[in-house]
Amino acid sequence: MSNATSHAVPHAGVHADHHEELGFFRKYVFSTDHKVIGIQYGITSLIFLFIGFSLMMMMRWSIAYPGKAVPLVGPLLEKVLGDVAAKGVISGDLYNSFGAMHGTIMIFLGIVPLAFAAFGNFVVPLQIGAPDMAFPRINMASYQAYFVGGIVMLVSFFVPGGAAQAGWTSYSPLATSIPTQGQTYWLIGMVLLITSSLLGAVNFLATIIQLRAPGMTWMRLPFFVWAQFVTGFLLLLAFPPLEAAGIMQLMDKVAHTSFFLPTGLQLTSLGHISGGGSPLLWQHLFWFLGHPEVYVLILPAMGIVCEIIANNTRKPIWGYKSLVYSSLVIGFVSFIVWAHHMYMTGMGMKISTFFQTTTMIISIPSVIILTCLFLSLWGGSIRFNTPMLFALAFLPMFGIGGLTGLPLGFNYSDIHLHDTYYVIAHFHYVVAPGTIFGLFAGIYYWYPKMTGRFMSEFWGKVHFATSFVFMNLVFQPMFAQGMAGMLRRMVDGGANYATANTPGTTGGLSDTMIHTNQTISMAAWCLALAQVPFIINFFLSIKRGKKVESDNPWQATTLEWQTPTPPPHGNFVKTPIVHRGPYEYSVPGRSKDFTPQTEA
Amino acid sequence: MSDNHNAHDIQKHVKKYLFVFYALIVGTVVTVAVSKVHFGSVTMNIAIALFIACIKGFLVAGYFMHLISEKKMIYGILIATVFFFASLMYLTLWSLEPTSLIHMK
Amino acid sequence: MEIPYTAESRPDTGLYNAKVGIWLFLASEVMLFGALFSTYILLRVGADPGKWPHGLLNVNLGMINTIVLICSSITVVMAWASLKLNNFGKFKMFQAITLLCAVIFVGIKSYEYHDKFTHYEIQLKDGRVVDGHMKEQTKDQVTVSGHYLHTEEAGAEAKEGHSHQTAEVKHEEITVKRDDIKYMENYGPWHNTYMAIYFTLTGLHALHVIGGALVIGFLWGPGSKMWRTEPERFTNRIEVSGLFWHFVDLVWIFLFPVLYLL
Repeated sequence: MSNATSHAVPHAGVHADHHEELGFFRKYVFSTDHKVIGIQYGITSLIFLFIGFSLMMMMRWSIAYPGKAVPLVGPLLEKVLGDVAAKGVISGDLYNSFGAMHGTIMIFLGIVPLAFAAFGNFVVPLQIGAPDMAFPRINMASYQAYFVGGIVMLVSFFVPGGAAQAGWTSYSPLATSIPTQGQTYWLIGMVLLITSSLLGAVNFLATIIQLRAPGMTWMRLPFFVWAQFVTGFLLLLAFPPLEAAGIMQLMDKVAHTSFFLPTGLQLTSLGHISGGGSPLLWQHLFWFLGHPEVYVLILPAMGIVCEIIANNTRKPIWGYKSLVYSSLVIGFVSFIVWAHHMYMTGMGMKISTFFQTTTMIISIPSVIILTCLFLSLWGGSIRFNTPMLFALAFLPMFGIGGLTGLPLGFNYSDIHLHDTYYVIAHFHYVVAPGTIFGLFAGIYYWYPKMTGRFMSEFWGKVHFATSFVFMNLVFQPMFAQGMAGMLRRMVDGGANYATANTPGTTGGLSDTMIHTNQTISMAAWCLALAQVPFIINFFLSIKRGKKVESDNPWQATTLEWQTPTPPPHGNFVKTPIVHRGPYEYSVPGRSKDFTPQTEA
Repeated sequence: MSDNHNAHDIQKHVKKYLFVFYALIVGTVVTVAVSKVHFGSVTMNIAIALFIACIKGFLVAGYFMHLISEKKMIYGILIATVFFFASLMYLTLWSLEPTSLIHMK
Repeated sequence: MEIPYTAESRPDTGLYNAKVGIWLFLASEVMLFGALFSTYILLRVGADPGKWPHGLLNVNLGMINTIVLICSSITVVMAWASLKLNNFGKFKMFQAITLLCAVIFVGIKSYEYHDKFTHYEIQLKDGRVVDGHMKEQTKDQVTVSGHYLHTEEAGAEAKEGHSHQTAEVKHEEITVKRDDIKYMENYGPWHNTYMAIYFTLTGLHALHVIGGALVIGFLWGPGSKMWRTEPERFTNRIEVSGLFWHFVDLVWIFLFPVLYLL
C-alpha cells in the first residue's frame, strides 16, 4: 500500500538511506572493508534510531492529548496507514503497533547495531592493530542480513493489520492471536537480525582472539575491546534461544502448532488448536536473551566512556583489571538473572528468590565499573570537550538507571512497580541518557578519525546541554507516575484511571499525574529539537569541519590513532608492535603526557 | 591437532577413526535393541538411551572433531557454552515444577 | 596488510582463524538446539499423564538414517585425512560418498514427512476414531487404510508405547462418509505438541544437512581449485566444513532416540 508519493516517517528514512548509498553503490554496498561496514552500520542504525524516536513522538501526543488528531503528521498518517489513523487520531491498535515497533527498532535496529556493530567494526580492528576483521565477507553478509531485517520490519507497517502489536517482548499467546500479518513479518525480521548478530559476534570474537598485533596481550587491550569481547559472547550465546523461540512462534503463527498455546485456549482468531504448549516457555526463552541484551546495550557504551575518560583526564584508568574482571563477571552472571522480568508469572517462591539473589549479585560488578570510572576522574586535569561532557553525563545517568533497577529486582517491590512507568523510566535511564550519551560521546570522539575533521565544538556543546536537560525532564517524572501506579502501554496515558473518571473509588490517578503527561511530552518534543544541531553538525562537518592537524588529534595512546587519517584499506602502514598498556598517560619522566602503545 | 602431522601420525589416526565408526554403528543398533526391552520404568529406559547417546556423542566430538586434543582456547569457549546451556535448561525446568504447572493446563 | 593466520596457526592460540570461527559458531548452535531440546523436555513433562504419543515414527527408517549420517561422518574425516596425506583423488572419492549420504538422508526424511502428512486421525460423530493413511478422498467419503481406535484404547496405547511398536495392528480399508466425520486432521505439526517439536527439530536439522551438503559440495566441485594454489588453506576449509558436518551428525545422534524411541 505504500507508494512513491508517501512520505511517512519510516519510509522517508529508507529512501534517504538508499539515495545516499546509490552514488557509491559499489564502494558502500558490497564493501568488505571493516571501516566502510562500520560506517554503513552507523548511518543505518542512526536512521533507525530516528525512526524509532519519531514513533515515540507521535505516541507522546496520544498520551498527552488522547483522542485528538496528531498535528502536522496526522493527515499523512491517515493517508498512509488508513483506518487505524482515522482523522489523524492514533487508535489503540496503532498505538500498540507503534509501541511494539518503537522498542524493537530502538533495541534491535538502533542501539545494538550502533554500539556493537558500528563502533565495534570501525574501532576494534584498529585498536588491536589488525588489518581487517578475521572474516571480511561474513562481515558484509552480517550487514546485509541486518539491512534486510530492517526493511522487513519497516514493511510490516503497511501489511494488512499493521505492524506487530504485542510489545517488543511479543508474549504468546497474545502475539499469536492478534490477527495481523505484522507479527509474522516481525518474526522473520527478528530471525534475520539474529542471524546478523550471530555472524557479527563470531567475527568479532575470532578477530579479537586471533588478530591482535604482536605484543598486544590480553591485559594490554583497551577496555573498549574487552567490552566488545564480552558483548560478543553475550550475543553469541544468548541470541540462539530467542532464535529458537522465534522459529517456534513462527510455527505457531504459520503452521498452527501450539508451542506456546495452552490446552483449552479458545480464541476465534486462532481457530482450532491442539493445545498443550506453555506460554511461560516463550517468556523464558525471550528473557534468556532479553536480560543479557541489557548488557549488550550497556557494555560497549561503558567501553567508549572509559576510553574517553582516560584520554581527557590525561591519567591512567583507575583499576583497569577490576574493569576487565567485572565485565567478565557481568557476562557470566547476566545469563542467570533473566527471570527477574517474570516475577508476576507465578513461577513460585523458590525460583523467584534465586533470581532475586543473582540480580543483586550482578549489581556488584556494575557498581565496580562505575566506581572505577568515577575514581579515574580524581585529580585529573580534565579537558571538557564535547565527547568528555557526554562521557561524564553517562556516569550519573547510568547510575540512576542502575540504582532504580534494584527495587525492580526485589520480588516484593516489583509487584507494585511491575509494568508501570517506573519500569520505563528505569530502563530508559540506562539506555537513553546512559547508552545513547555514551554513543554520542563515541561519535564526537572518533569522528576525526573517520573523516579527518572535527565536529563543531560549539554546536556539540549546545547539543549536549539541551539533550541533558530534556532527557531528565522526560524520564525523571516517570518515576513518580510509575510509583503512583500509572501503567505503561495505555493509549490515553492513564486518563481512564484518573480520579475524575472513576468516581467513588480510591486509588485513581491524581490530576497532577495525568497533567504530567503533557509536561513530559513537551520535554520529549524539545528533546527532538535538541537533536537538530547534532544532525546538522554531523553532516556539515564532513565537508566543513575543522581539519585535524595530525593523525592523533586527541593525543591518545591507543592504536587507532597510529594510523593515517582516515585509515586506508588495510589500516596500518606497517604492522604495529605493542610495548605497553593502553592508558599510559602522564607517565613521570616522559616529555609528553601520553605514551602511545607502540612506543618502546 | 591440525599442525605438524606426518603421514605416519595420520595413518594411526585413520585406524582410530575406523574404530570409532564401528563403535557408533554398534551403539546405534544397541540403542534400538535396548528400547524394545523394559527396564522397570520409563525413566530407566530414557536414562539408558540417553546414556548411550552421550557415549556416541562423546566419540563423535572427541575423535571426529578432535576435541580430545584441542587447544585451550576452544575448551574455554565450550566450557562457557556448557555453563549457559545448563543454566538455561535447568532453571527453565525448575521454574516449571509441578506447583507451577497451572500454566500448562 | 594481509589478514594473518588464514592458513597457518597463530603461535599463542595454536589455531587458525576459521577454526576459532567455526567453534564459536558451533557454540551458538549448541544454544539453538539446546533451547529446542529444553522445549521438548518441557512439553513432555507438561503433557497430561499418558498423553505423550509413542510409536508414531518408523524406527527402522530412523535407524537407517542414523547409520547413513554416521557413514557420512567417517567419510568426511577420511577425506580430510586423505588431504593431509596428499591424496587428492581419495579426497574426491570420500566426499562424493558424503554427498551421496546427504542426499539419501534428505530423501528418507522427505519420505517420512510425506508419510506423516498422509497419516490421518478421523474423529467420527459416534465417538469412534479412525487412524490410518489416506487412500482416497472424494466429495462424499474418505477411504483410509488403518484401524479403529477407541478413546480408552488410545489412552492405553499411549501408556504402553513401547509394546505398541512390536504389536502388529491389523490394517484394513475403512471408508467413512463425510457426513459422519466430526473432525479430521493429518499428523502435521499442528496435530499435537509432539508432532510440532518433531517437525521443528528435524526440519531445522534437515536444513543444516542441506546447508552443510551445499558447502561440502562447493568445496568438492568449484572450490577444490584452491588445492592447487593454497593446499594448506584448502585442507583447513575441509576440516572446518567437516567440523560442522560432525556437529550435524551429533545433533542427530540425540534426536534419534529422543524422537523415535522414547
